[in-house]
Amino acid sequence: MEILQLLISGISQGCVYGLIALGFVLIYKATEMVNFAQGDLMMMGAFFAYTYANVLEFPFVIAVLATIATMALIGVITERLLLRPMIGEPHFSVLMLTIGLGFILRAIAGASWGNEPRSLNTPYAGGVIDLNGVILGYENLVIMIGTALLCALLYCFFRFTRLGIAMQAASQNQLAAFYVGIPVKRIYAIVWGISASISAVAGILVAPVSLIDPQMGFIGIKAFAAAIVGGFGSLPGAILGGLLIGVVEQFAGLYLPTGFSDVSAYIILLIMLLIRPQGIFATMQQKKV
Amino acid sequence: MALLELTNIETYYGPIMAIRGISLNVEAGRISVLLGANGAGKTTVLKTISGAMEPQKGRVTFNGESIQGYDPDRVARLGIGHVPEGREVFPFLSVEENLQMGAFSRNDPDIAQDIERVFDYFPVLKDKARQQAAYLSGGQQQMLAIGRALMLRPTLMLLDEPSLGLSPRLVSEIADIIVRVNDEQRMTILLVEQNARMALDIGHYGYVMEVGRIVMEDTCEKLKSATDIQEFYLGIRDEGVRGRRRWKQRKTWR
Ligand SMILES: Nc1ncnc2c1ncn2[C@@H]1O[C@H](COP(=O)(O)OP(=O)(O)OP(=O)(O)O)[C@@H](O)[C@H]1O
Ligand SMILES: [Mg+2]
Repeated sequence: MEILQLLISGISQGCVYGLIALGFVLIYKATEMVNFAQGDLMMMGAFFAYTYANVLEFPFVIAVLATIATMALIGVITERLLLRPMIGEPHFSVLMLTIGLGFILRAIAGASWGNEPRSLNTPYAGGVIDLNGVILGYENLVIMIGTALLCALLYCFFRFTRLGIAMQAASQNQLAAFYVGIPVKRIYAIVWGISASISAVAGILVAPVSLIDPQMGFIGIKAFAAAIVGGFGSLPGAILGGLLIGVVEQFAGLYLPTGFSDVSAYIILLIMLLIRPQGIFATMQQKKV
Repeated sequence: MALLELTNIETYYGPIMAIRGISLNVEAGRISVLLGANGAGKTTVLKTISGAMEPQKGRVTFNGESIQGYDPDRVARLGIGHVPEGREVFPFLSVEENLQMGAFSRNDPDIAQDIERVFDYFPVLKDKARQQAAYLSGGQQQMLAIGRALMLRPTLMLLDEPSLGLSPRLVSEIADIIVRVNDEQRMTILLVEQNARMALDIGHYGYVMEVGRIVMEDTCEKLKSATDIQEFYLGIRDEGVRGRRRWKQRKTWR
């Protein structure tokens, strides 16, 4: 019973890591940039959801949609203003830029919403399903279902829509994408928009279980580990990596001395780098510029 | 006015001057040929036309519009298709998706029909329509790259060494397709080639490059009979001598 209970919280935490990892991987695959502000985008999403749902008292679904739209816009604008001028600059500079972006977003959030933790009003807060003694909270259920739906949606988008296939094309061979007339720069902006909206969804999903504050984006580091474990470049890998880390964290928290839970993400990362450096799904070396 | 005009183009790779002042005209409806040894700057000329590189000096005019400095996707949407050196297909998309991407900028209902036309030019691609492009042979990838550029319905098609690494039979097959496309769709072609024999056979007008400059231009008919071309590109005298020598060696071994 206890094991099932841990599994449930591990999986739901892992879903959140996985979604943020998805954001990392999407931007990396498209633009070869690593966006270290991914976790902070999630934090911004959670705060916007708080504003729309608690402060402005929008109906929950409307608040969610408004949050996604707001973050998509912020993603696009960030790409346009900050990242596009960096095309062709060394990766290191881009990395520093995104780390700086994280600082800025945390400062903005602290100034606009304050530093004390907030909780998001949701119509499903507090409800539970009792499965013969195993408690499945509605929050956890929503995280799992939300993540599954989002993954299905993304899969269909990349597999079946013209824009989705064009994004794959631009990621597989940038120059050829340019030559066939795909507006590659606009595609980059759209990828940032999508990636920021995914983070926003992650923020909304995690808010009921972990409160909202400007520092909540630091779980982005664990999500980054999840992305690497998954093969950095593989979308299913990002989700699997997130689930793995989420679940192991829960078990480490119970069965290992205190402290192990928080570092278990990095221990998994180290083990993975030793036994299978290419990650669960190896796609990095297949990538062609 | 020619369809494409390059005027005094100079293009650099950092400090390296790859194109040292080139002017050339591609007349509408013709097959123009650009010859030159390795490193002469042929690929750089094509990249400068399609916007992948920006010239430091000079003008590129297409249909009367100055296009230097445009992003390559914008140049493509103006009607310049580019089959780059070394195929450059989308490796993890299927053959059919590669072709659909070729038509990305189009919105008309004829795309499916154009895919069929490409399959008609290259029947092998039809059999492999659902396979990932990475699993095609080099020659098949070349066909796919040409087909993908055709899907744009370009006014002008740039071809960078389409014969590279292909068997003689495939080279003549591709040459036939180029002639057919030029003929049936009245598509203007700028063909870069090492295979001077093939290029001069199908081309109407030709330019010869050497280290970033154009050193000779004429009708392909005339170029074929120029002694320099015969020696350096067609290897006519060279091959004769070598052939005889090999024959002699063989005799002495027996
Ligand atoms: N990416 C690059 N960086 C620096 N110099 C380059 C680069 N690409 C080409 N060059 C230089 O520019 C010159 C012209 O190269 P280009 O590729 O245009 O030649 P080419 O005529 O296409 O040769 P090939 O027949 O071998 O394809 C060469 O001297 C080459 O060394
Ligand atoms: Mg070349």
